[in-house]
Amino acid sequence: MDRPLKLVAVTAGLSKPSSTRLLADRLIEATTRQAPPADVRVIELRDLATAIAHHMVTGFPGPELREALGAVAEADGVIAVTPVFSASYSGLFKSFFDVMDSTVLDGKPLLIAATGGTDRHSLVLDHAMRPLFAYLRALVVPTAVYAASADWGSAGIGTEQEDPLASRTERAARELAELMRGRAHAPAPAHAPAPAQVPAPAQAPAPAQKRNALEEELVPFADQLKALRV
Amino acid sequence: MQFGVFTVGDVTTDPTTGRTPTEHERIKAMVAIARKAEEVGLDVFATGEHHNPPFVPSSPTTMLGHIAATTERLILSTSTTLITTNDPVKIAEDFAMLQHLADGRVDLMMGRGNTGPVYPWFGQDIRQGIPLAIENYALLHQLWRDEVVDWKGRFRTPLQAFTATPRPLDGTPPFVWHGSIRSPEIAEQAAYYGDGFFANNIFWPKDHFQQLISLYRQRYAHYGHGTPEQAVVGLGGQVFMRRNSQDAVREFRPYFDNAPVYGHGPSLEEFTEQTPLTVGSPQEVIDKTLTFRESFGDYQRQLFLMDHAGLPLKTVLEQLDMLGEEVVPVLRREFAKDRPAGVPDGPTHAARVRAPQPT
Repeated sequence: MDRPLKLVAVTAGLSKPSSTRLLADRLIEATTRQAPPADVRVIELRDLATAIAHHMVTGFPGPELREALGAVAEADGVIAVTPVFSASYSGLFKSFFDVMDSTVLDGKPLLIAATGGTDRHSLVLDHAMRPLFAYLRALVVPTAVYAASADWGSAGIGTEQEDPLASRTERAARELAELMRGRAHAPAPAHAPAPAQVPAPAQAPAPAQKRNALEEELVPFADQLKALRV
Repeated sequence: MQFGVFTVGDVTTDPTTGRTPTEHERIKAMVAIARKAEEVGLDVFATGEHHNPPFVPSSPTTMLGHIAATTERLILSTSTTLITTNDPVKIAEDFAMLQHLADGRVDLMMGRGNTGPVYPWFGQDIRQGIPLAIENYALLHQLWRDEVVDWKGRFRTPLQAFTATPRPLDGTPPFVWHGSIRSPEIAEQAAYYGDGFFANNIFWPKDHFQQLISLYRQRYAHYGHGTPEQAVVGLGGQVFMRRNSQDAVREFRPYFDNAPVYGHGPSLEEFTEQTPLTVGSPQEVIDKTLTFRESFGDYQRQLFLMDHAGLPLKTVLEQLDMLGEEVVPVLRREFAKDRPAGVPDGPTHAARVRAPQPT
């Protein structure tokens, strides 16, 4: 492996403990078993709820949220888990991805999962979550995982045939691990992260800064002018 | 180094009294603030341009022309002039006229506006925001420098043998700043022309603006206008002062909590920690403003936002007294210390007439 993998789980469960977090943990466990990442990070959106609302109001992230958004930007794979609220992902879950720069998930392997009271809500995975991440151009793995309350008591943690949740968890994790392994060998993504999410260069005064993420994506002015020539 | 105030021109209810000024009162208040700025020894007054309520300044050169007639030294500027939706021909004419009336005490700041519908209201497409800013400014730049202009672009009726009148005062166009909150393209544009770059520096943490200004300085040198340290940088800032720090916080908090732009969000304490907003004693304002130099390098113009969020005129004028009497004299002294010889002063018409202009 060329570099250590980074796996980030974003979980939007509100209670503590939450079954959403439980599902996230099981997905992390299965993924790390198949593609051992050096670095696993769990982002509990409950802890960032106020910060996310503040970002909506002010237009910039506070330090904790900025750090969390940065972690997603650097991840090789993302596990996104939400409880089902009113026939969709929760508002908090959506808000986190709303304040994220829209290019951050571009081409990034992502596993979608959801929890709910009954299995009647399971299509939320495909009618709400999958279109959201398609819009954000994430590479969503084919298998999505839904856990209803009843699943947590089904048939023990036995063989895959006896335990549909375990079998889907394994399959989804395998698919995510495959894509992450592929990325580990690929060159680093070309696009720079959004300005708001670039960690601050600590002390250096502006004129002394050598590397500037903005410069990497700059279109020279002559080219901008040329593009307008009629 | 130049110091001044910039105003958005919002009509906002005073949250402590529930009273909303009329448009007439607000417009007259803006004029009073400009005159006060001169009286207390500030250098610059800049007004925004908006075409929707609750903002009043839709016609900046009318207002600035009036202020020009009642002041002697104050530089009149904008924050910003909409280069996207105004006809560049009209900008060329309006500001050249203002330049003559104000005997050169005029510069302006290009911006793209803060509301989407302003584009369709003026027959433009918001998706073309950056190309409009680039093409319109290219024409404006030419109109002020070439007596006779032939022009063909994507966004405007072609011009054949057109001369913008009046010609700029002393053949010297007004100095131009380019303001941007997030677009590196605008920093690049400012660098290309050797114009000034203004970072609003209000609503976002400083490292965001550090990147933009650093880019502008590098590209300014790249285009051969001088060293990165010679690039012309302006910064915004936002302060509320009382002699005693706790009094400032107590008095400003309701205005902060209900401010149209960032109210009902983070606490005053969180916001002052994360952004350049300073609420405290004049000494705290001095200390915070002096850190801007460490973050952005020696710069040319510091504008403060003083009159928003429904603050009553009387309070704003008290703030300007403190700014002019206690803060700015110290800042002038401190910013002058160890300022490298090659760093330019804030741009003035007189200095520009003396110096050969880049073409």
